[in-house]
Amino acid sequence: MITDGAAFAFWVLAVGTCLAALSVVLLRNIFHAALLLVLTFTGVAGIYIVLSADFLAGVQLLIYAGAISILIIFAVMLTRRPVMTGGFSRFSISAAIVAVTLVIALIWVTVGLTDWSISSESPIQPTTAPLANALFDRTNGWVLPFEVASIVLLAAMIGAIAIVKDK
Amino acid sequence: MSVGLNHFLVLSAVLFSIGMYGVLAKRNVVVILMCVEIMLNAVIIALVAFSRFVTPTLLTGQVFAIFVITIAAAEAAVGLALLISIYRNRENVDVEEIDLLKM
Repeated sequence: MITDGAAFAFWVLAVGTCLAALSVVLLRNIFHAALLLVLTFTGVAGIYIVLSADFLAGVQLLIYAGAISILIIFAVMLTRRPVMTGGFSRFSISAAIVAVTLVIALIWVTVGLTDWSISSESPIQPTTAPLANALFDRTNGWVLPFEVASIVLLAAMIGAIAIVKDK
Repeated sequence: MSVGLNHFLVLSAVLFSIGMYGVLAKRNVVVILMCVEIMLNAVIIALVAFSRFVTPTLLTGQVFAIFVITIAAAEAAVGLALLISIYRNRENVDVEEIDLLKM
């Protein structure tokens, strides 16, 4: 299954990603939070490499660590005020209770209750060409969802321009 | 100690809950959008882990992950556009003060 080196990489990446995500939530300076979000996304890309999903790791780095982080940092820059409003709302205690309950329930259901049928076959490597074949397969591919996704992206782009356009 | 599907599911659950806590507890809309992205990433980790450990020879989980990333990009673009628009009109991005539709 997963080699010792990959297992070591998993532990380092998992702990690092969780710490970075936690500091995104807990830091009061939102610019530092945005920078740690980039670290979180990079750590998740490493997790994809451990899961032998190399194409997705590249996509994660390009789209999340590249494009979405830049968008968020632009938003931080455009909305920053002298007084940083990175604080917590009055629901923070109940939110913490909800989050802890959720993590316990999720782990209980997915790890404790469910018996996943683990396959012993080795994964496909590299994944880029097989992924393209799976997406655009003639009989059981995902061509229609792919085209719908492109329309969704176009609609989101036009919508974003229409929302921020000066009246 | 060998790493299996359960480890990735626990990591996914922990990341999802961290994002959930941020969405519920923070006041700044930018931070809330960041936490939504963390939640989406947690979901993609679970999808890719299922793809790797349950059906390693099919790539359906990774195809789904690509679609989730596409929708996340659209969500980020529209969400941040709304945020900029609200900031222009109200000079504020605090969710406790953006309550025009309340009552």
